[in-house]
Amino acid sequence: MAEHIQNPPATSAKKLNVTAIAIWVVVLAVLGLSGYGLMKTNASRPEAGETAPGFTMNFFNGYEWEGQDAVALADLQGKPVVVNFWASWCVECRLEADLLEQAWQQYKDQGVVFVGIAYSDVEPNAKEYLREFSVTYPNAPDLGTSISDDYEITGVPETFFIDRNGVIQHVQIGPVNASMMNSIMAKIMTQ
Amino acid sequence: MQVRRKQIVKRGMKWGLLLLLIMTVVLPVWAQESDSSEVTDDEVNAVAKEVYCPVCESTPLDVCETQACADWRELIREKLAQGQTKEEIFTYFADQYGDRVLATPPAEGLNLILWIWPVVAVVVGGFLFSRYMRNLRATAAAAPAVDVALPEDVPPPAKDDYVSRIEQELKKK
Repeated sequence: MAEHIQNPPATSAKKLNVTAIAIWVVVLAVLGLSGYGLMKTNASRPEAGETAPGFTMNFFNGYEWEGQDAVALADLQGKPVVVNFWASWCVECRLEADLLEQAWQQYKDQGVVFVGIAYSDVEPNAKEYLREFSVTYPNAPDLGTSISDDYEITGVPETFFIDRNGVIQHVQIGPVNASMMNSIMAKIMTQ
Repeated sequence: MQVRRKQIVKRGMKWGLLLLLIMTVVLPVWAQESDSSEVTDDEVNAVAKEVYCPVCESTPLDVCETQACADWRELIREKLAQGQTKEEIFTYFADQYGDRVLATPPAEGLNLILWIWPVVAVVVGGFLFSRYMRNLRATAAAAPAVDVALPEDVPPPAKDDYVSRIEQELKKK
């Protein structure tokens, strides 16, 4: 006798379809999130002409600037800002440390703000570095490396020169020298 | 004579107090320093091997030779000397330098993908495999049974010469 294959009940097929759809939704969601994560990881460094990414820096314990223990880039709107990424373990950072402090002393009365961000540094060593070079402009650890992630730095030292409109005018990879400093400062102060 | 003895006792008490004061101030500092040196490299590396410094990506802290990593290892040594647990040290490093410095990132935010993805892959794989098997079974059941009979005029397949000889030898016995 011939066997007849019975079709499964319609409700069972519907249930199967719903499960399949749910699974594909989850797969697509996970793929989407993975893609977002990858895009975030592979974001390119903000270059000259682009708006500087915003950040808030919480100064090292015991340090303050203008009576505050933190400052946000947004608070400095209307002022040219020099953002320097450094670390106490970085040999090249030592080459520019004195120059940055001298430039800060020279330009601070003209409304320019220098800020230093310690990248992947250990707090006692970073503080010792600041004492060693008598750095007086505001400095902070890069908590969670969120600021260096946004600026996509590839190492230290790196310095971003931002004009009073919040636009990056120059990105310096490696240490800054005196002649470079003067010409870039003139540029960001006239923008 | 008695006055002189009282003066000696008084002076002794003064020096004793001074000594006590010095010990109170100096001893904890000295103890902390000596504790830090008592933490062995193996103890430091047991924590360091689960941490990655952003400066030298993909290299665990225990084998990385840069100055930045040496500083981090020293920090781990200090924290172990202070009595902090591995988990407390990991939390500190994650807060300071971000989750990505940990070999095992916490199951939060975007990191969840790392934890969910294998489970999703197994579930989806299992579902697709079971569906494939069900289809295979349904196809087999639906196919009509075919009698495979050899035509009469077809000679039986030729035996292997070696096998035939063995059979002959066995018959002789």
